[in-house]
Amino acid sequence: MTGRPGGRPLVPAYLSTGGVARPSRPHLERLSVLTGSGEPAPEDLTAAQLALLDVLEDGSLTVVEAAALLRLPVSAVRVLTAALLDRGLVLARAPIPTADRFEPDLLKRVADGLRALKH
Amino acid sequence: MASAPSSTSGIHLPDTARDLVKILVAGPFGVGKTTLIDSVSEIRPLHTEEHLTQASEQVDDLDGVREKATTTVAIDFGRISLPGGVVLYLFGTPGQERFRSLWDDIAYGALGALVLVDSRRIDASFDVLGLVEETGLPYAVAFNAFPDAPRHHTPEQLRAALDLEPGTPMVTCDARDANSSLDALLALVEHLIDRDPPENR
Repeated sequence: MTGRPGGRPLVPAYLSTGGVARPSRPHLERLSVLTGSGEPAPEDLTAAQLALLDVLEDGSLTVVEAAALLRLPVSAVRVLTAALLDRGLVLARAPIPTADRFEPDLLKRVADGLRALKH
Repeated sequence: MASAPSSTSGIHLPDTARDLVKILVAGPFGVGKTTLIDSVSEIRPLHTEEHLTQASEQVDDLDGVREKATTTVAIDFGRISLPGGVVLYLFGTPGQERFRSLWDDIAYGALGALVLVDSRRIDASFDVLGLVEETGLPYAVAFNAFPDAPRHHTPEQLRAALDLEPGTPMVTCDARDANSSLDALLALVEHLIDRDPPENR
């Protein structure tokens, strides 16, 4: 475990979701890939929802990476993401595209990739 | 990261990222999980603050601090982009039973677990091994080579002490060294390839 960086998160976790504890969609995984849709942000978004859109501005992030950057628990980011998904502001895809899910060579590609990193 | 939490440079996924997979780096506190992740990660290891659920608080041994409503634990993770669009995530996962629901959430969809063990305190890893086996996650064991680790144990003795199946890989690594950490991860992934039933290939 690393030490905590100084300072507090911008929005406390329990306030970030507006009191909603469960996401409206259950299938967001830690490694689901989030991408901003590029739609202009409506004015009624919460600060935490805007912060999530903000970190997706420069590219895609997984749920867990967004949580780390926003200093929010993964559970809170799931709730925020679900709200933005419902409004078409964020796109989410599964960690492994369905077509690759039974890709027999995936493990082999991982092994080959790790070997290639050795020096 | 610690000095610039708002900086997101270099964190975003490469456009080539296609298949995101994860491996748990599991072990008790202080065994070197973050060190191993740091040695191979392309990003400075990040962490999320996770709140433990009420169910786990009941077995928490925080006697006398009942006013503390929630317990949080920091979960470190790192990332390695591999050729061919594969991105491997490593999650440092504490193995105490009180982290069970968090464990299940992190382990969901994981390829397997690399269980780090400190040979100076083997019994500290029993909980982790129990959780890994209950979860049904395939795993390999890596002894982190601390400088003052006892060297008089034979592999057979260590295997017996941890009650490992004959087929479970057991290696020694230096978590500070990237090549050594990669070798430990490879021992796990090769084990996963070997145990993959032929009909699934």
